[in-house]
Amino acid sequence: MLELEDLQIRQGDFALSADLKVPAGARVAVIGPSGSGKSTLLGAIAGFIVPESGRILWGGEPITPLLPAERPVSILFQENNLFPHLTAAQNIGLGLRADLKLNAGERDRIEQAMKRTGLEGLGLRRPADLSGGQQSRVALARAFLRNKPLMLLDEPFAALGPALKREMLSLLGEIAGENGNTVLMVTHDPDDARLFADLVVMVDEGKAHPPAPAAEILTNPPEALRRYLGEQ
Amino acid sequence: MAGRTQPLGAIRWLGSGAAALVLALVPGTLAAVFLRAESTGAITASDWAAIRFTLIQAALSAAISVVLAVPLARALARRSFAGRRFLIALMGAPFILPVIVAVLGLLAIFGRNGLLNAALGALGLPAISIYGLPGVLLAHVFFNLPLATRLLLQGWAAIPAEHFRLASSLGFTPRHIFRWLELPMLRATLPGAFMVIFLICLTSFAVVLALGGGPRATTIELAIYQAFRFEFDLGKAAKLAALQFLVGAIAAAIALRFGRNALFGSGLDRTIERHDATGRITMLADAAIIITAAGFLLTPLLAIAVSGLQGIFALPATVWHSVMRSLLVALGATALTLALSLPLALLIATSRAHTPAISAVEAIGYLSLAASPLVIGTGLFIILFPLADPVALALPLTALVNAIMSLPFALRVLTPAIRDAEAAFGPLADSLGLFGRDRLRLFLLPRIRAPIGFTAGLAAALSMGDLGVIALFSAPGSATLPLQIYRLRAAYRVEDAAAAALLLLILSFALFWLFDKGGRTNART
Amino acid sequence: MKTSIFAAGFCAVATLAAAETPVLTVYTYDSFVSDWGPGPAVEKAFEEECGCDLQFVGTGDGAALLARLKLEGKRTPADIALGLDTNLMATAEESGLFAPLPEPRPALDLPVEWNNAFFQPFDWGYFAFVYDKTKVTSPPKSFRELAESDLRIVIQDPRSSTPGLGLLLWVKAAYGDEAGGIWEGLSDNIVTVTKGWSEAYGMFLEGEADMVLSYTTSPAYHLIAEKDDTKAAALFEEGHYMQIEVAGKIAGTDQPELADRFLAFMASDRFQSIIPTTNWMYPAKIPSGGLPDGFETLIRPAKALLLSPKEAGEIRDEALAEWLAALSR
Repeated sequence: MLELEDLQIRQGDFALSADLKVPAGARVAVIGPSGSGKSTLLGAIAGFIVPESGRILWGGEPITPLLPAERPVSILFQENNLFPHLTAAQNIGLGLRADLKLNAGERDRIEQAMKRTGLEGLGLRRPADLSGGQQSRVALARAFLRNKPLMLLDEPFAALGPALKREMLSLLGEIAGENGNTVLMVTHDPDDARLFADLVVMVDEGKAHPPAPAAEILTNPPEALRRYLGEQ
Repeated sequence: MAGRTQPLGAIRWLGSGAAALVLALVPGTLAAVFLRAESTGAITASDWAAIRFTLIQAALSAAISVVLAVPLARALARRSFAGRRFLIALMGAPFILPVIVAVLGLLAIFGRNGLLNAALGALGLPAISIYGLPGVLLAHVFFNLPLATRLLLQGWAAIPAEHFRLASSLGFTPRHIFRWLELPMLRATLPGAFMVIFLICLTSFAVVLALGGGPRATTIELAIYQAFRFEFDLGKAAKLAALQFLVGAIAAAIALRFGRNALFGSGLDRTIERHDATGRITMLADAAIIITAAGFLLTPLLAIAVSGLQGIFALPATVWHSVMRSLLVALGATALTLALSLPLALLIATSRAHTPAISAVEAIGYLSLAASPLVIGTGLFIILFPLADPVALALPLTALVNAIMSLPFALRVLTPAIRDAEAAFGPLADSLGLFGRDRLRLFLLPRIRAPIGFTAGLAAALSMGDLGVIALFSAPGSATLPLQIYRLRAAYRVEDAAAAALLLLILSFALFWLFDKGGRTNART
Repeated sequence: MKTSIFAAGFCAVATLAAAETPVLTVYTYDSFVSDWGPGPAVEKAFEEECGCDLQFVGTGDGAALLARLKLEGKRTPADIALGLDTNLMATAEESGLFAPLPEPRPALDLPVEWNNAFFQPFDWGYFAFVYDKTKVTSPPKSFRELAESDLRIVIQDPRSSTPGLGLLLWVKAAYGDEAGGIWEGLSDNIVTVTKGWSEAYGMFLEGEADMVLSYTTSPAYHLIAEKDDTKAAALFEEGHYMQIEVAGKIAGTDQPELADRFLAFMASDRFQSIIPTTNWMYPAKIPSGGLPDGFETLIRPAKALLLSPKEAGEIRDEALAEWLAALSR
């Protein structure tokens, strides 16, 4: 279980508070108006932003003092998820060993991960020679290999077309399902939430609200969410 | 902030070692000269005149360079034509041109017996003389116009294309575009460009010597030289060098305030689509500006090529030996430049907070811009003499001093590049646990390959053309190519000297081109 | 670090060479040791007879040579300093770094009397303005004529160049208190003032000026080496100031006998016959074979001007102030 305990984040004039729990294995959509602090919330969980006060716990253990790489977290950013100068296989390999000194077994696992994500035969290509969808697959393959219990996604598929995005979300769902991962995904598209999430965390006016069941909250949105979704 | 431990770990502190070495070599040598001084002559009225002239010529050189660079950069930014990229690269050439070679080229065009005066004479117009302040300014603009243009072109490239599209959809005239898009960019870019060129011209020595025309045009660096050589007054030389430092430090502090625009940026290849500048007059004006600038910057190079071409294959073997030595020195200087600048740039760029200590390190990296190479050379001699034979060390010392003098340029190229790489991919590297050596090897160094290549090319070319301290410690059989050119001239062999000058020109450019190209090839971005 | 590896390599080579034979270290100006200067031939000739290793060290020009010796002080590895001139002698003597010359001193062929206990001349010349006969048909016969003419001249800075200082003293020796006026008259003829001789001479050859301050012997180079007889030196009625280049023995030398032998060698035919066509100056002692063909075409000033080192040292600053004042206007 992921717990945010009286979390207060402050960046200049911007403030965000969160006090919520996410059950293990849940798939959570984090939605809210732009500038509300969705990415900030993920940044704090991933360890890029130091909260002013409060604690973040995973499985009952506080992870706040840990470095990003030490946290039980894989993160996919909006962009720059791959190093342009490394091949697809190398980019995936970084998920296993940060020095890329891979043994045969590890190389085999990379092969498997690429097969799993539909990247067979593309290992030696560099990101520039891959399509947008393939680039997302490489990032997902790495997250799959790292197999951290908590996956954080900061709109990594925002630039993809609807069909491709659905494909990625379903691949993400499969991967997370196989590994039993908990997923927090920032999105501004309610369809993503419907398609993928079983819980929704609404971020608005400086507060991250506790998760509510997606089906329920999306069909019968509370005031803040209604404002965000507009007349639909 | 998070990522509290430094991503590079202990490697980062190599940068402090580099900073310490710079401290030893720049203020350290000045202190050595001070300590060795027996007496100290007072700063006289003519020294104050030298300080005044130094400031005036540096300010004018910088002002003229940036003012001329504005129309040139604008014309280059909004026009696309065959060979544009090549022309921009070629117009950068004067910046890495050895001074002794450049002066020959400038005289061939602008001298009393030069092409320009021949043309004026044919038209029945009076001849012009460039000696004195005009000559100094002419040479400084020749050297620095390319740099200013480069900096401004980056400014233009940094204006988002959407802004220009927006402007044309709003029906902006060129005047409106200037007012709302270009002027704000220029306001941000010009002061920084001005200060960099001001600093470069501050310590000008060889140019002033060659074209200054007489005692009216005396810079501080020249006064330092005279204090050493004519008055044997180490104390006064050190005093003047300290004054030069002070002036430079003030200028550098102002320069740093005005932003740290990169010397190497992307976007030089991009033409900005402009829908406003399609009028015939603006097109003709742009063409005229580009052609005039190309003529100004390239005809002196052509003149050097013409005057040297005949003799280049008949050069004596000893000149070719000195070519080998110069190449060795240039490669050594390049290696040293990278060995000093990379750790320094990494230390500066990976600091997440701008602490006073980091600002100090940054300042140390720029120290040599205001330093006197003469004082560094003499100070090194004083320090080394009791320990080792400075003459035997002449070539490595030349390489070392060259590296120190290239350091500010290297830092201006590398630091922003590392900052950009960290901004884009730092979080990814952090989340993957890429720290220390792995971060360097797998992330930072591959990301900044192109700027490293550019830095190496710059350092190699600047070192290749520098007469430097070798003249202070020379031994037979240790002459570098620039020194050999002086020797040929001292032996009345003007034609051989011209051929050797062409050789130096070719080698400087070849080194720059090779390194720069090497950095770009296969550098996927 | 790379430097230290480099350094170690250099030192190793230097030590190897030094291990066997005695080494005589001669500091001199840079153009003396250049491949086109007298250095290589002198080294070969002396080593043939001394059983030693003669090592030249180049140090810029004569002034830099003295500055270098003063920097190194008593610990200098130099045994001989070769290439000072009369204007530097006073300062050099005061430094206390030089030993008296060995006796007896060789007889020399100088246009002036020479009687100095520390320094022995090896060549000499007259300063003169050199011009191209095809371009200047009636050269000036004095400084006054030059000042009144439209001729454009290049000169050297007295603070950084030996000929520059020579010109300063030339005008002072010839005109005394009127020197300032002469400089004012010349100031509109001066195209530019260069750091050293080679820059000025190069500018002259490239057509930047009609005349250049050089030596009466300069046309000999063009005549002998290039078969070009268009260059000539203008003969001035005031007389011509001399430059006498000298060498001295370092007091702290660890090779005193070898140093004495070198000084004796310096007055020998072998050494003296190398000088005219490598240094393009008059040899201090005419070699038995006489001067090379072509030297007879050079102008011979009727009057040789030369201030004693003491006089030169005393009026130097005053003359410089006059020069600065006239040219700063």
